[in-house]
Amino acid sequence: MSAGLEISLIAALISAACALPGAFLVFRRMSMMTDAITHSILLGIVLAFFRTRDLTSPWLIVGATLMGVFTVWLTETLTQTRLLKEDAAIGIVYSTLFSVAIILIALNARSVHIDTDSVLLGELAFAPFDRLILFGRDFGARSIYLSGIVLIINLAVIGIFYKELRLTTFDPAFAAAIGFSPFIVHYLLMLLVSMTAVAAFEAVGSVLVVAFMIIPPVTAGFLSDNMKTQFVLSALIGALSGVVGYAAAVKLDVSIAGCMAVVCGLFFMLAFLFAPKRGWVSERARYWARKIEFDRFTLLTHLIHHAGSEIEERENSLASLPHHLGWSPRRVERASRYLIERGTIRSFNGIFFVSDRGKTEYLSYCRELFGDAAENFDPANGG
Amino acid sequence: MIETLTVIFQDYTFQIVALGSAMLGVISGVLGSFAVLRKQSLLGDCVSHSALPGVVLAFLSTGEKNSVILLLGALASGFLAAGFVTLIGRNSKVKSDAAQGIILSVFFGLGMALLTFSQNLPNANQAGLKRFIYGQASTMRRGDVFLMLIVGAVLIGTVVLLWKEFLLFTFDSAYGETLGFRSARINAILTFLIVCAILIGLQTVGVVLMSAMLITPAVAARQWTDRLSWMVVLAALFGAVAGVGGTLVSSLVPEMPTGPVIVVCISAIAIFSVFFAPRRGILARLIERARFRKLLKAEIGGES
Repeated sequence: MSAGLEISLIAALISAACALPGAFLVFRRMSMMTDAITHSILLGIVLAFFRTRDLTSPWLIVGATLMGVFTVWLTETLTQTRLLKEDAAIGIVYSTLFSVAIILIALNARSVHIDTDSVLLGELAFAPFDRLILFGRDFGARSIYLSGIVLIINLAVIGIFYKELRLTTFDPAFAAAIGFSPFIVHYLLMLLVSMTAVAAFEAVGSVLVVAFMIIPPVTAGFLSDNMKTQFVLSALIGALSGVVGYAAAVKLDVSIAGCMAVVCGLFFMLAFLFAPKRGWVSERARYWARKIEFDRFTLLTHLIHHAGSEIEERENSLASLPHHLGWSPRRVERASRYLIERGTIRSFNGIFFVSDRGKTEYLSYCRELFGDAAENFDPANGG
Repeated sequence: MIETLTVIFQDYTFQIVALGSAMLGVISGVLGSFAVLRKQSLLGDCVSHSALPGVVLAFLSTGEKNSVILLLGALASGFLAAGFVTLIGRNSKVKSDAAQGIILSVFFGLGMALLTFSQNLPNANQAGLKRFIYGQASTMRRGDVFLMLIVGAVLIGTVVLLWKEFLLFTFDSAYGETLGFRSARINAILTFLIVCAILIGLQTVGVVLMSAMLITPAVAARQWTDRLSWMVVLAALFGAVAGVGGTLVSSLVPEMPTGPVIVVCISAIAIFSVFFAPRRGILARLIERARFRKLLKAEIGGES
């Protein structure tokens, strides 16, 4: 396998692995907790290193994972004292743990060869140099297996505990009432997040783990309302932005992790703007359609209200309507033109008259809006 | 020991760095108080990470490493990021924490891509840009401290001038609006001031630790008082003490990085406050509870 292909594969596996637990974090409004976990992991690695004195030891991963869970626990314990808000607790805990880690590294610079650069920024380009060699044979880059295993664990755990996770996420009180412990499920999820973050940050660095955990699930939320579809979509979006980001990074000769995050962000932007139904453009379009419809109805109501009264000429003329409705002349003209074309009203000497068809239409519309109460709006009843 | 201290205190570099760090502590303490009370604590995190592309772009377009120019770039992209977070929150169902995470990571990713791009340019002396990520208090120069003093004076002056408005909108923005104040404008001004405070600290403690500088002094100060005015003053004081203390420790111990030590100092103050503050603190509450228990027992015992 070529180095480029290996990197693409690692990027795809890692970002898909991040997107799965990330979806639950987004639902639980814990997005910024990923930021905290990814930073404090460093302290776990440093402390585990002091015990094992080996930078490739799997204990480093264990130590880092536990430190991630510890961060969550500490943040939540602090929040529960109600002396400070959750966001403040997150900010304090992770920055303190991160500072301690940096200080430890700086003080032991001779023995600890942890590059803070690669911790914060990651370096995927070096991943292919770290080979998995068993029985003298080269099985490919170690990171492929690491990220693959993490992806499989995530799939398995989320698959098995899907029901529990969903229940405790959306209705923790009910979950507790029927005997699930939200606490255990919560920490299981945190363990998963922490483990994934440890595996991912080696490749993409701590800040960009946040991108892969949060952006794909949020993007998928714009595209579908079904939770399972969202899971599949977010894993796909994650994998795709990993691969596309790598290709872009090679093309532009810039940071791989940075490019992957930017591509992730672009996908989010596209979904935010153009998603069918949920996107900004279609929401705006719906808003304007409703606004225009409402204008027509309002105009019709006004005309019917004054139809046949002595002040009809004064109230229902094209010239006076802008003043009476508080609209711009253009707005009046647009609504009235539509009603005339539809045959709902007729214009005579600059005064609008409601046709019979208009009255029936108005009534059926009222019934649609107000149900039985619509009788009160019948112009025949003096409504 | 005392001799070492005197030597250190007379050291010119120490004086500059300590003054700068203290100033940073004061500024972030004052504006952090508002950020924490308005539940915008993680705004600092978001803005400081998002400043990176602005810094690099400012460098790329001017080719200069002048602090003022780089800070203007940081200001532009930091404020843009804060705007995006508001925009996403207002126009979609995305929660504000997710919006912050998205903007933070994408902007930081963009900044890194730009940074590597600038490193590939021939004869670009971009070496100093990285200090915006990690912060390097020890490289602070007189000009930097001067800039900090000016910006700090302007920021704190604005807070004093608009004290009444900020107080009102921090605690009861609905009431503020009924009084005829423009909430959008006041919010924008306050957010702008907070962003400025964050950016001024980037060079000293770096992206990651700046959010701690913003939040922690305020949280510590909050435990001691229920009055905003005292909280702001205390937060500024705590920030300054941590700034000087951190600088002192890092000059006493070789290889000790200044930024993280400052953060550990301020965290220690916060932890102490959470435990030992009168009335609100954990210890005070435990004592109170024990006292009540005794009282209750005495009353029940008296009746039976």
